[in-house]
Amino acid sequence: MPVRHSITALRSKDLLGIEHLEPAEIELLLHTAESMRPIADRPIKKVPALRGRMVINLFFEPSTRTRFSFETAEKWLSADSLNFGGSRGTSVEKGETLLDTARTLQAMSPDLIVVRHSSPGVPHLLARHLHAGVINAGDGAHEHPTQALLDALTIRQRFGRFMGLKVVIAGDIAHSRVARSNVFLLTKMGAEVTVCGPPTLIPPRVEELGARATTDFDRAIDGAEVIMMLRMQLERQSRSLFPSTREYYARYGLTIARMERASPAAIVMHPGPMNRGVEIASEVADSPRSVILDQVANGVAVRMAVLYLLLAGRPWEGEREGA
Amino acid sequence: MTEALLLKKAKILDAERIGRMIDRMAHEIAERQKDLAGLAFVGIRTRGVPLATRLADRLSDLVATPFPVGTLDITLYRDDLSTVAPQPLLKKTEIEFDLNERAVILCDDVLYTGRTIRAALDGVIDLGRPRAIRLAVLIDRGHREFPIEANYVGKSVPTAQREVIKVMFRETDGADEVWILERPGS
Repeated sequence: MPVRHSITALRSKDLLGIEHLEPAEIELLLHTAESMRPIADRPIKKVPALRGRMVINLFFEPSTRTRFSFETAEKWLSADSLNFGGSRGTSVEKGETLLDTARTLQAMSPDLIVVRHSSPGVPHLLARHLHAGVINAGDGAHEHPTQALLDALTIRQRFGRFMGLKVVIAGDIAHSRVARSNVFLLTKMGAEVTVCGPPTLIPPRVEELGARATTDFDRAIDGAEVIMMLRMQLERQSRSLFPSTREYYARYGLTIARMERASPAAIVMHPGPMNRGVEIASEVADSPRSVILDQVANGVAVRMAVLYLLLAGRPWEGEREGA
Repeated sequence: MTEALLLKKAKILDAERIGRMIDRMAHEIAERQKDLAGLAFVGIRTRGVPLATRLADRLSDLVATPFPVGTLDITLYRDDLSTVAPQPLLKKTEIEFDLNERAVILCDDVLYTGRTIRAALDGVIDLGRPRAIRLAVLIDRGHREFPIEANYVGKSVPTAQREVIKVMFRETDGADEVWILERPGS
């Protein structure tokens, strides 16, 4: 029997985070992304679904893989895109406020703005003031919804389910928008999520998000089916949040020996960029357990799904009332 | 179009008639397609797929050769994506064989404005370069908006634009039937 989907559209014009999505919306996003995936294997990697739509990629913070992934998704769907990269050489450097920048871009009638910013809430601010849809591509330590969706797609391809799945997210939980969005998504879908890291890098009251927290990586990893390693943000080491990369590796590095404790079917994930020998051993990162490159491929499919669901079912910008 | 709001007007075909029509179409394909060796069937989701499968099976019985069957989802090629409501659910295109240099029989349940077929042609040629594409439909109901005609037709049914043709297949709807429905109050 074909799977019946309870909904065929998202409720909002924006994707600002996972926190306020319904499980049915997550299912719709994953189903649509699954349908987008084979486009990557075609001789002509382009479909006309978003022809004539304009997307502005507004990246105030450095990004390679997320920005490339969005750009690829936009091109494969035939949308036109403009890139605004950081503050160097732009009007931001000349002192323009965020809202003035956004209003200037709005005057060019984009249908959608993809935004990354170091301050939490910037995508939400833009979404309130602009007619265009807004996709959060990472706002400070708050959310990174497309990363959580691509992680979920990768997990579902391997396990076919979320309910009861034992997931460990390890590393710098406190500063990680990837961890937050993943905890929201995976707990909504019924997975058992444990976050793990040094006490200084576990945020207070993390249990309120629905995850268990521990500082004991060996215990956390016992029987785990999904092990999601986060990037150790070495730039934070100067703030003495952890003693040394060597000690960190000894206690929280994912090694072959530690993998023995996990489920025989366990997969290893990492949002990249990896610090080999800090949070993950090279042998693990390159092992058949690693799905890190699947995550990258799924990233394009997930972003195509988000772009398609936010744009294809809606009138183009000039048609919208009051636009 | 919400189907629950449509009134059933008349059942125009039953399982036996549909079976005979598909049988005849398979014979026509056998007679008119010159090179059966490179032939493949592609069904347009949703109800083009059972038609493609049955034509391929019937033709295989006739000439004792199997024919590959693929499934095409045209959602990403529609010209009404910004106006159609509710938003169509995107599904997978599954064509596991090489289309290059093949003759492709594109299959759909109903031929109406021709816009679906236009989208399907674009979808097929993005996947390869077939030697030829032919069109087979179970019902041709007229009212074309594009210069597109079918090569193999089960039955031509003159209709009014307020009417809706509903094709049902066992595989998708539990029974083989064709109905004329009507929008109420028109």
